[in-house]
Amino acid sequence: MLGGYVVSVLAAGWITLSLAFVSLILAVVIGIAAALARLSRSRVLRVTATLYTSVVRGIPDLVMMLLVFYSLPALLSQAAQDWGYDVYIEFSPFGAGAATLGLIFGAYMAETFRGALMNIPKGQLEAAEAYGLGRFRIFWRILLPQMMRLALPGFTNNWLVLAKATALVSLLGLQDVMFRARGAAEATAKPFTFYLLAGGFYLAITAISLFILSRAAKRYELGVKELAR
Amino acid sequence: MQKLHITDIHKRFGDTEVLKGIGVDAAAGDVISIIGSSGSGKSTFLRCINMLERPNSGSICVNGEVLDLVADRRDGTLRAKSASQLQRIRSRLAMVFQNFCLWSHMSVLDNVTEAPVSVLGVSRKEAVERAKANLAKVGMKPDTYERYPSQLSGGQQQRVAIARALTMDPDVMLFDEPTSALDPELVGEVLRVMQTLAEEGRTMIVVTHEMGFARHLSSKVMFLHEGRVEEEGSPEAVFGNPESPRLRQFLAGRLQS
Repeated sequence: MLGGYVVSVLAAGWITLSLAFVSLILAVVIGIAAALARLSRSRVLRVTATLYTSVVRGIPDLVMMLLVFYSLPALLSQAAQDWGYDVYIEFSPFGAGAATLGLIFGAYMAETFRGALMNIPKGQLEAAEAYGLGRFRIFWRILLPQMMRLALPGFTNNWLVLAKATALVSLLGLQDVMFRARGAAEATAKPFTFYLLAGGFYLAITAISLFILSRAAKRYELGVKELAR
Repeated sequence: MQKLHITDIHKRFGDTEVLKGIGVDAAAGDVISIIGSSGSGKSTFLRCINMLERPNSGSICVNGEVLDLVADRRDGTLRAKSASQLQRIRSRLAMVFQNFCLWSHMSVLDNVTEAPVSVLGVSRKEAVERAKANLAKVGMKPDTYERYPSQLSGGQQQRVAIARALTMDPDVMLFDEPTSALDPELVGEVLRVMQTLAEEGRTMIVVTHEMGFARHLSSKVMFLHEGRVEEEGSPEAVFGNPESPRLRQFLAGRLQS
């Protein structure tokens, strides 16, 4: 009886995990784009990206999520009706959750990546330019690999917070670990057991992540351990 | 044959004009040393040649190809009209930096093969062969090829940087104070490599504080003072019979130190 609930909670693990990964990919893409925009020569790009990172980081995650899930579809439906289309727009909890988390953590990633990019010695960029490497090539071969190494501690932090923040999406009705745990807690009147189970699940994810990322950090440290300049 | 033809470079940083109309001509095999006190504009001039600094006016011609320049709307400095032409011209001008500027996440061999493969389109295999030949030439032993720059001494890093430049098979090599960041005991190994290159007829423009190099290995010496060419000529004339009082003062200061 209790076992059935445990299985149901843990089975939702893949939903939590896939939500976390989809959000992470979105956040990394948005983060790199926003970091490059903040460091670009164009004023418009710089201002837009700065506005994005400051506004998004200043609004609570939950508020943002409810805004995207409830208010945005209503707004879009209204607009569609004004244009004469009779449609009712609705977001799936997964889609809205991933989009919101991607948007929020994109802002944090942007700051992490920007800091990392600024710490790459400028001379290495100049050397790449002086040897005729194109912009894309410079980004791909010189900036990105070094950015990965420098950004890894901040990236790890962001990922841990993101993985845990997926629990918020249960409030939109997504049947993730948190949602099922709450259901089981209410049905069996054993909140301690099931919330502890949920807590253990998130702890396991973050522990495994920390292990993998610290291995990655060692790998990227190659060649810079004794770096003095 | 004319390898480099630079005329009338002006460069302003804000209200200060740091280059007031400098040019240089280099024929194949010329070794031109640019000397002068710090702040004379010699490094800025060198960096204008490959557009790491954007000049405010002037012209750049490498191996007969004139770089198309247009004025930037924002600040009036000149920039290359075409990114691909700039890349092509830059690939003909290999630069050696004061701080080596090797790519710290790449091994010695990858540092040397990166630009030939991705800019010149040389096959990986051929690039590795050329890289190894040039690394041997600058005195790097094969057991260092898989090391990272941070595991090397400054002198070794600078020699790898010279191998990186050589592997581009450039028309002109630009040296920006290549020994200034080195500990005194490491200067010699880099100067010896540069001597070999000078003697085998490489075309080189060398910004340097090493008066020995300028005097004994260059075909021409330019003395810059406050953004102008104060005096230029053969090393014998410049060092043996300096005309400008400023040059005399500069050389006297060098001898004391």
